[in-house]
Amino acid sequence: MLTALSGADLAQRLRDTLPDAVLDWNDSAVWVAPDSISAVAGALRDNPELDFQFLNAVSAVDFVAHFELVYHLTSISKRHTAVVRSRVYGREEPTAPSVVGVWRGADFQEREIWDLMGIRFTGHPNMKRIMLWEGFDGHPLRKDFL
Amino acid sequence: MTIRTEPMTVNVGPQHPSTHGVFRVRITFDGEDIVEVEPVLGYLHRGTEKLAEERNYVQIVTLTDRLDYTSSMINNQAYCLAVEQLLGIEPPPRAKYLRTLTAELQRIASHLIAVGFFVQELGAFGTPLMYTFRSRERILDLFEMLCGARITVSYMRPGGVFADAPDDFWPALDQFLNDFEGELAELEDLLLNNEILMVRTRGVSPLPPDVAINCSVSGPVLRASGVNWDWRKMAPYDAYDQVDFDVPIGSSGDNYDRFWVRVQEVRQSLRIVRQCIEQIEPGPARLELPLVLRAAPGAEAYGRVEASKGELGFFLVSDGGISPYRCKIRSPSLINLTITEHLLIGWKLADMIVSLGSVDINMGEVDR
Repeated sequence: MLTALSGADLAQRLRDTLPDAVLDWNDSAVWVAPDSISAVAGALRDNPELDFQFLNAVSAVDFVAHFELVYHLTSISKRHTAVVRSRVYGREEPTAPSVVGVWRGADFQEREIWDLMGIRFTGHPNMKRIMLWEGFDGHPLRKDFL
Repeated sequence: MTIRTEPMTVNVGPQHPSTHGVFRVRITFDGEDIVEVEPVLGYLHRGTEKLAEERNYVQIVTLTDRLDYTSSMINNQAYCLAVEQLLGIEPPPRAKYLRTLTAELQRIASHLIAVGFFVQELGAFGTPLMYTFRSRERILDLFEMLCGARITVSYMRPGGVFADAPDDFWPALDQFLNDFEGELAELEDLLLNNEILMVRTRGVSPLPPDVAINCSVSGPVLRASGVNWDWRKMAPYDAYDQVDFDVPIGSSGDNYDRFWVRVQEVRQSLRIVRQCIEQIEPGPARLELPLVLRAAPGAEAYGRVEASKGELGFFLVSDGGISPYRCKIRSPSLINLTITEHLLIGWKLADMIVSLGSVDINMGEVDR
């Protein structure tokens, strides 16, 4: 059976290695600074007590005032799950660091987020549109795309 | 003396009979060896996630049928579990058993397609595929009895299932199970120890477990690589905590193992179906809920199931309205494609289609 790590628990453990990364937390998730995402990802994967080897999903939500990236994680050896989130501001050219170097499973999902939500991931080896064609105008999953 | 050849780029798909739909991949060959692979996606993109933002919670069930159209029951189930988590409701026990039962029948149907086409792609044209389709037809007939549809079933609803099974469903199911026992044994006899199949697939395109995990691979492909991970066991939903079944695990993660794991899973699904028939009790099959559902503003849920292809998840965010504010679909087929390069590069042209087939993707789910 799986246990879900609370945001407070995760925040506590992340603070030991990355004191500036953690911004906020609640029962179910921890919020980290957008520019520290890939460092946080590395820490979550390589900390033997957390051992988050498996990235379930990367989601992006458009809250209009900001975008939110949501990472669902699972540790296969420790049998626990966690949710890490990050707020990304700006609608012109929002960017966040890619986690492909840590979890290759993020490859297509980050491309999809760029394609449909318009958040660019720096350090991604192939940051191109995936569902729509190059030259498509706009990002359809944004709330202002009608 | 060495003969120097120039690399050649070949385009496969999207209109190609062996790419399981409209999958397109650009492959560069050096002679017969694959040196570069680039999947090109999006030919079946219908914007399901955006469409979901403009429909109410019950209407979206019909959109989920059209994701992986070979396992629509399981898609219904994943979505309904996410909505139930969002609303904080639980379906009645009979509905849970009906869902588990239909989801396992759907898993059998989906794996029969995967196995049939896998053998077809090895060159066994027609016969084995027709054997698997013969059994799959019977499952679709059963679904038709339940809800009137064979593929786009929309059988499940948040809070239960659309309607209880009709009385003549149960004898028909028994008849199918008895017949299928023999048909499956015949299929196993024909295929599992078939020398041609083994020579062609053993040791081809192995996937080490650490690569599989790093690439977020799930489902039979992950288990074929020797990782014991099944969401039905790890986070049981519906009636899976009431039934007893084993999780088949491969060893080397080659094409044969991926094929073998699916055949074994069909056996386990049969076990689950039989236990569901034994344990199911009379009772309501659906909660009384308002026609238009509303979740609390700010509520969020991530509902996941072990679908026939892997982990299928729905991430729902509510703003208090009648539709989800955001509906993200974590599709196993899309993410399992991350390993395409790993499986193909360094192998020969002749194994390309077989290796792609062993991943068992469905384009409705890849492109959404």
